[in-house]
Amino acid sequence: MIRIIAALAGLVFAGVALLAFFNGAYTALTEEPQHSADHEFHLEAHGPKGGFSFDGPTGNWDIAQLQRGLKVYSEVCSACHSLKFVAFRDLEELGYSEAQVKAFAATKQVPGIDPNTGEATTRPGEPTDYFPSPYPNAVAAAAANNNAIPPDLSLMTKARHHGSDYVYSLLTGFTDPATFEKDGKRLMEEFPDFTTPDGLYFNPYFGNLNLAMSPPLVAEGQVTFDDGTKATVPQMAEDVAAFLTWTAEPKLVERRQTGWGVLVFLLFATVLAYFAKKQIWAGVKPKKKA
Amino acid sequence: MSFPWAKEYTPASGFTKWIDEKLPLPRFVYNAVGAGYPVPRNLNYMWNFGVLAGFCLVLQIVTGVVLAMHYAANAQVAFGTVEHIMRDVNWGWMLRYMHANGASFFFLVLYLHIFRGFFYSSYKAPREMIWLLGVVIFLLCMATAFMGYVLPWGQMSFWGAKVITGLFSAIPLVGEPIQVWLLGGYAPDNASLNRFFSLHFLLPFVIAGVVILHIWALHIPGSSNPTGVEVKSESDTVPFHPYYTAKDGFGLGVFLIIYCVVVFFLPNMLGHPDNYIEANPLSTPAHIVPEWYFYPFYAILRAFTFDFILEAKLWGVLAMFSSILLWFLLPWLDRSPVRSGHYRPLFRIFFMIFVADMAVLFYCGGAPAEEPYVMISQIATAYYFLHFLVILPIVSSIEKPKPLPYSITEAVLGSDKKAVLGENTQPAT
Repeated sequence: MIRIIAALAGLVFAGVALLAFFNGAYTALTEEPQHSADHEFHLEAHGPKGGFSFDGPTGNWDIAQLQRGLKVYSEVCSACHSLKFVAFRDLEELGYSEAQVKAFAATKQVPGIDPNTGEATTRPGEPTDYFPSPYPNAVAAAAANNNAIPPDLSLMTKARHHGSDYVYSLLTGFTDPATFEKDGKRLMEEFPDFTTPDGLYFNPYFGNLNLAMSPPLVAEGQVTFDDGTKATVPQMAEDVAAFLTWTAEPKLVERRQTGWGVLVFLLFATVLAYFAKKQIWAGVKPKKKA
Repeated sequence: MSFPWAKEYTPASGFTKWIDEKLPLPRFVYNAVGAGYPVPRNLNYMWNFGVLAGFCLVLQIVTGVVLAMHYAANAQVAFGTVEHIMRDVNWGWMLRYMHANGASFFFLVLYLHIFRGFFYSSYKAPREMIWLLGVVIFLLCMATAFMGYVLPWGQMSFWGAKVITGLFSAIPLVGEPIQVWLLGGYAPDNASLNRFFSLHFLLPFVIAGVVILHIWALHIPGSSNPTGVEVKSESDTVPFHPYYTAKDGFGLGVFLIIYCVVVFFLPNMLGHPDNYIEANPLSTPAHIVPEWYFYPFYAILRAFTFDFILEAKLWGVLAMFSSILLWFLLPWLDRSPVRSGHYRPLFRIFFMIFVADMAVLFYCGGAPAEEPYVMISQIATAYYFLHFLVILPIVSSIEKPKPLPYSITEAVLGSDKKAVLGENTQPAT
């Protein structure tokens, strides 16, 4: 009895699934397949030439690069983007001394309370403070940016697929849709109706190709690096992508170094466990016929 | 019950004698996972995953309890406290990655354990109760994992909670009130987060309780084995300790190596980038997908796109829940007296097709809800139900199994002169 009921239930579920299949197949056969510009002309993110210093299981931070990236963030990105999970004290990991961090923090104004009146005000930052947000709240951020709130950058490289490459590609990827082509096909020939609305900017690395952010890195020398590195657009993009990789995963290198130690120990222990098992079982395993 | 030749616990010192009289806990452990538990001598490495699943449960509880010391289940700050754990708590990044990937590895181990059961018909008499309890454990694990994924309060947490609780709204009449009751509101919010945290903390201990029942039920008939022939004599078994403790120790080492490669080098490989964006009720992610271990069932849910008498959504929900609940019926659907798939040529073919079918469902569950994935998952869903509910009962009654070895000892050594318990290759009917 149970098998008859079960078989009936199975046939019903399978039947309804197949009905849905035939319905879907009919739709697929009779309707034109939809194709869209963002589906066909989207580009996969790629890293800078030679990759990042932290790529691969033995990669490490390039401290000078992270310092340059901090400068790009401070002088360009921070005008619109917050970095709310990073504290000034964290910057000691980028090779700055306690005094340097204190001095850097003091150049930033953070929200505070006036000790005499109790009113909201601002004060110079302390090392324990977090990077201040450029806008007091989300409404202000939206109002100042054509209704598109600039996202917080602390976790950006983990919040996108291939995040470090993505940030680099996006920052260097702004281009003119009129001349853009992929695999020899021109966007405007395939999709003559394609437009980039006013206030948006064409970027093939962005999901729907039109991005609310204007190209932030536009001119060589936009930032002056303290270590004399030439500030080309790809250089600035690479440095800030590296910096944002650090802000998203500050323990990246520590994690991998711990991992190597753990793996060496585990390999050793597992080899021992294997021989222990072999020895214990030696008496009851049948002898292999030669 | 145990076999008559099981070694008896003999306390050696005065102290252990005293303990054994007052509370025979050492005796209990000795009989459960010590030398007092005789186990078939021919278990292969597929029998390692029970112990590994137990290890995963302990790992999740230990890392989870410490994480809970630093986490705050409040929609305003939950996302931030996870980042606090990642950045400021000593070894917090390691605990969190161990816990998040621990869930994935727990499910990996559970799937292997369950598929071992499918192939060797571990669900058959006299082990039905072990199987039923196992399915209960699996369902509890799914609920626990789902609620755990909501806690970081990222975009996938929020929208996952919304989609999964939204399933209940497909139930006619009472659906919407049930969803509101589950969430404590009309959308996931602080009330939902708090109750999910509370239940996520509670359920692992419920799982631990059912695991104890699962192992208790296991110790009554004893472990199954790759031949499916029941134990007949002492020469068919070896004591659990040291033989299987040593084998499980090696298995654990291999497991930990793979697990640690992921934890320390690819910790976000199995997660979704969107969950590093804080929950935002006003912005729907392009593709809402659950964690990978729910993919097959998510594919089944989405396969029903056609209103046939009932609404398509309700079909999907019914099918998704049925797809797991039908495992409860397996002991009575598969009538073959032979347990092991090794001796069932026809079953083996369909088992292979079923494994491939599950792989397809896995793939489609993670793919975007567009063609051709939906059509593929519809075919795969149909096969899933046909396999368990139609093919398996038919195959088990028409198939001619290959001859079984007389005993485990014969299977291992080639001959067995001493079998004493008589003919018991046939499971009780």
